[in-house]
Amino acid sequence: MAIFVDRHTRLVVQGITGREGGFHTAQCREYGTQVVAGVTPGKGGQDADGVPVFNTVSEAVAKTAANTSMIFVPPPFAADAIMEAADAGVALIVCITEGIPVMDMLKVKNFLATQKSRLIGANCPGIISPGQAKVGIMPGAIHRPGGPIGVVSRSGTLTYEVVDQLSKQGIGQTTCLGIGGDPVNGTSFIDCLAAFEADEDTRGVIMVGEIGGSAEEEAAHFIKTQMRKPVVGFIAGRTAPSGRRMGHAGAIINGSSGTAPAKIAALRASGVHVCENLGSLGQFSAHAFKDIL
Amino acid sequence: MKIHEYQAKELLAQAGVAVPKGRVAISVVEACQAAATLGGYPVVVKAQIHAGGRGKGGGVKLAHSEAEVAVVAGEILGMHLVTLQTGPQGKVVGKVLVEEGLVLHRELYLAILPDRDTASVMIMASSEGGMDIEEVAATRPEKIIKVAVNPLLGIQPYHRRRLAFGLGLAGPAATSFMGLLNNLYAFMVSTDCSLVEINPLVVTTDQQVVALDAKVDVDANSLYRHPEIVAMRDVSEEDPLEVEASSHHLNYINLDGTIGNMVNGAGLAMATMDIIKQAGASPANFLDVGGGASADMVEQGFRLILRDERVRGILINIFGGILRCDVLAEGVVQAARAVDIKVPVVIRMEGTNVEKGRQILADSGLNLITAVDLADAADKIAAIAR
Repeated sequence: MAIFVDRHTRLVVQGITGREGGFHTAQCREYGTQVVAGVTPGKGGQDADGVPVFNTVSEAVAKTAANTSMIFVPPPFAADAIMEAADAGVALIVCITEGIPVMDMLKVKNFLATQKSRLIGANCPGIISPGQAKVGIMPGAIHRPGGPIGVVSRSGTLTYEVVDQLSKQGIGQTTCLGIGGDPVNGTSFIDCLAAFEADEDTRGVIMVGEIGGSAEEEAAHFIKTQMRKPVVGFIAGRTAPSGRRMGHAGAIINGSSGTAPAKIAALRASGVHVCENLGSLGQFSAHAFKDIL
Repeated sequence: MKIHEYQAKELLAQAGVAVPKGRVAISVVEACQAAATLGGYPVVVKAQIHAGGRGKGGGVKLAHSEAEVAVVAGEILGMHLVTLQTGPQGKVVGKVLVEEGLVLHRELYLAILPDRDTASVMIMASSEGGMDIEEVAATRPEKIIKVAVNPLLGIQPYHRRRLAFGLGLAGPAATSFMGLLNNLYAFMVSTDCSLVEINPLVVTTDQQVVALDAKVDVDANSLYRHPEIVAMRDVSEEDPLEVEASSHHLNYINLDGTIGNMVNGAGLAMATMDIIKQAGASPANFLDVGGGASADMVEQGFRLILRDERVRGILINIFGGILRCDVLAEGVVQAARAVDIKVPVVIRMEGTNVEKGRQILADSGLNLITAVDLADAADKIAAIAR
């Protein structure tokens, strides 16, 4: 088992004929993901490295039974691409695109509330269930199949760092995903924690947060009240100055809200094992999870 | 992206939001000429810098005659204005806004911003205008009215009524407020603002509601569709190194430590800064060269970091993953040769062909210290800091 993506994932790639889209489609296929379709408006009927290309997502879904979409469309067109996928009935939409205007995402989020689709991202590395399917831009080789740990994060390369340290400790993963560094995103920490709690193969979770907003505090409340599985937490940005956007649009401390110490305190108060030093996160996790490994 | 108050007010006036009559000036002579066009005294002379708290710092002054305008404009222009938001070094004032003085009946607070938690456009208002709103929120939260607007529906009449009545407005003042709010909401959405803050929003003695101050911050991700905002950028308000970084599409923020660092990815960059601090040193910057990190980006990154003369050592942390470390290492060596680096450089990289990459660094003959993992990198940086 795993969450959100597995052997049954049938992937359509929106923006498959672009440079990034083409490269990462090949990487996902090499990892074993079933890539069944691509979409680039105006290039319908072509084929991209053996993958049939369609003009619209609804046509791709009708012809190939795609159930998951990965989006590489540039920021000005990305919100439209997400809504198109949802309207076509795609169950899981993974949007990699970085730089979508907040106002666009506000509209997307309110539209998705009326749809059945789940959105992961935007501005995220995607999702991987090691040994089953990879829908994203993460390096597949650092992951270790077989579980029992789930990893959820707001970042890209920071997640790879965490996963790499886990794998080097011999600790495998069920699913690893990044929910994105933008202030308004589709899937929240809580959505992922709930899914990991319900997944029978996941026995513990690592949550990697960062400064800005209150998603980690809300997650802490959920962990305290709704979770039985152990959680290891890490928060990036203790040294970040107030009022500056640290790369991610969402990573900004506003006045006294969104600081690392406040998030760490909330997680600790909810029984989360908070690791303070990224350099030792692998060992720290091995120790914190010793009863479930 | 921040813009000046006078620019914000130009935009608001175009959007149908009432603002005081005023003109911007860059010299005492211009300030006196501007005052003469306003039709009477007193006038207000306001320093134009990208930071709040200007009044307390002496950057906003009243003048009752042309002679007084000359005096106060002379004091403000060229001053090092220090406010709570500028930091101790302050900012040099290059422009003043000269505005008509209004007779005020009440001062209110009004702000509109995207709310990440509710995925709505949040309108915040308070009868406690002119105050620091964070302080009001902390001490008298009941004085802040919050109205969440669904961005798909837009602002509705009931939203406007709730705010107007909540602020205790009635009659012509309420009508004036609701008209202003409508136009301000439309402006905020169509301009992709990450914040529009009017503090204070004033009610004049003749019951008109006017934006006495205006702070507008525009979502950087939306700038591709707002050339009129891009044209308002004032690079003299920004850190010169950060301006240069942005021209190379690098995410760079100058900090006050001594350990330069270059990382791919924002989350890992923040965590790397934290590690530098935990190792007993202090980061000189935040620098995210992007998830991909090409050799060219690395070279530009080196150049930026070394322009900061306080830098005593550099930590490079690249989690390549798909990126090949041998290619990256060649890029680092090439960049290090091109830039002439005189401080020690600790490099930690991970990804495909990492052993080959380390070999290239070791064979380069340059002062490059390889770290096998993050913990090792932290130890080696700590040694340099000592």
